[in-house]
Amino acid sequence: MRYLLRQLGLYVLAAWASLTLNFIVPRLAPGDPASAMFARYKGQLQPEALAALREAFGFTGGPLHEQYAAYLAHLFRGDLGVSVAYFPAKVTDVLAMGLGWTALLTGSSVVVAFALGSLLGVVAAWRRGSAFDATLPPLLVFLGAFPYFWLAMMLLYGFGFTLDALPLRHAYEDTLAPSLSFAFVASVAEHLLLPATSIVLASVGGWMLSMRSSMIGVLAEDYVTMAHAKGLSPLRIMFHYAARNALLPNVTGFGMALGFVLGGSLLTEIVFSYPGQGYLLVQAVRSQDYPLMQGIFLTITMAVLAANFLVDVLYVWLDPRTRGR
Amino acid sequence: MTNTKIPRKAMVGLVILGVFFLMAIVGPLAAPYDPSAFVDVPLQPPSRAHLLGTTGQGQDVWSQTIAGARTSLLVGFAAGLVMTSVGAIVGAIAGTFGGLVDDALSLLTNVSLVIPGLPLAVVLAAYLPAGTKALLVVLVATGWAWNARVVRSQVLSLRNKDFVAAAIVTGESRLHIVFREILPNMTSVLASCFISATVYAIGAQVGLEFLGLGDMSVVTWGTNLYWASNDAALLLGAWWTLLPTGLSVALVGTALVLVSFSLDEITNPRLRAAAASARVLAARGIRPGASTPVVRDHA
Repeated sequence: MRYLLRQLGLYVLAAWASLTLNFIVPRLAPGDPASAMFARYKGQLQPEALAALREAFGFTGGPLHEQYAAYLAHLFRGDLGVSVAYFPAKVTDVLAMGLGWTALLTGSSVVVAFALGSLLGVVAAWRRGSAFDATLPPLLVFLGAFPYFWLAMMLLYGFGFTLDALPLRHAYEDTLAPSLSFAFVASVAEHLLLPATSIVLASVGGWMLSMRSSMIGVLAEDYVTMAHAKGLSPLRIMFHYAARNALLPNVTGFGMALGFVLGGSLLTEIVFSYPGQGYLLVQAVRSQDYPLMQGIFLTITMAVLAANFLVDVLYVWLDPRTRGR
Repeated sequence: MTNTKIPRKAMVGLVILGVFFLMAIVGPLAAPYDPSAFVDVPLQPPSRAHLLGTTGQGQDVWSQTIAGARTSLLVGFAAGLVMTSVGAIVGAIAGTFGGLVDDALSLLTNVSLVIPGLPLAVVLAAYLPAGTKALLVVLVATGWAWNARVVRSQVLSLRNKDFVAAAIVTGESRLHIVFREILPNMTSVLASCFISATVYAIGAQVGLEFLGLGDMSVVTWGTNLYWASNDAALLLGAWWTLLPTGLSVALVGTALVLVSFSLDEITNPRLRAAAASARVLAARGIRPGASTPVVRDHA
């Protein structure tokens, strides 16, 4: 319990730090990006609406702590301002459009990459020095060195453009309306395949290597030798004895890696025009939509922090030793 | 270390890095065309006149790849160096001083570690004026924390060693102990920190520029990919505008990782012993067992 509380404290602090960064960064920038940002709204917005937006970001002209208080008050009411790129939609509404797709793409590919990479790592460590162990890790390291979005472009070119086997863009067929019908779900799965594959290809090597090295450590433990001596079947020793314990450090790394993989997956979305946060991000960058950019930063950060906490809960459940502390 | 033979992995990595350094240093003098000039019909496939074809804006891809190597490697290695220094200073101070200083610095490190890098980098890059200096600031701000954590844990394990105790007894100041006694004894850790920081910096830089953040008029590997995707090169079948840049990024990244693996192997006797015994066993056709081998040098 104390472990979980300490982690929770860390995440609350990190959440506060990112809220505050979000407030400070525009004010630290040289020149006045605030007025540049509001200048873009002129002609689109009534003066009253502009004033409300300024207030949402705390650009009230008052002393800094009053600006900060105003900013926080608006934030907790869920007011992130109005998007420039999707004018006159509210930033929160724009974000809500893409959140589910990003969760689907990143979530599924991270889980697949983690499971596959851990499994490959177990096998590589078990058969250390074999041809499998000698060829696969370097190959996956090489794949992992490519930018995620570049692998995505190559898959798009190969399977989507040249072979015309899989769709090139969007999350589902334009002619279908979102529903729980078989046709729609199948279309979503078909559109998910290429972007998810590129994320898995780019990230599986990392999981494999860390699993392999922790597995090698565990295989040297006395209880594994004992299991060999008892004549247990190799499969049983591999998974029930060694892999279960070797997995723990990988679980801890999971939360940390999530933020990194998410970055790559946002860029992958852009390649496939996948309608998630990454696609919104590039729209925001292209139209200098500062409120949307900051909204994406906050949402992604909060999601990563929440996922980290879930991983910690999972860790405590998996490792009884943490419960005593 | 009596065994000074460079492992094969490191050799491969060093050769690849050497080729790219050469490309970055003397390449632009030997490049056939001005990388940002319109030199021929757009989107031509590789030919004798244009070894890697032309881009959607009629630039020579080969010249662009060479020019990109110079800018991207320079920023990558510079950012890696600064990240490692910041991480080493923070980690070393946290590890040596302990107590409140350690608590505060570790908290700062952990907070920066859990905040996802790319979205923060986007916000920072969007508000800072586009340019190399801003890019460096963004990369360092989002990437220093991992090094700090690694260095701190290494310092914690070195802190109880006899030579540190000796320095304390001699009455050396704490800063002297940090920078003169402890840090020099973890050169290999710092080197592998530098390598992973550089890999991160090159990747993050390419990613940010691909998003359209930074100075799009400069030729870098990131802007090459940005323009290729902007010109819808793939949908016109122009794979040659993407392949050289992506391969360059991946080759440099792999080469760095290979060197870093070998660093581990050279400096971590346990890994070295494992590799040596695996080789011996493999030569005799024996599958390695479950115990940890220990190899001693009888030199």
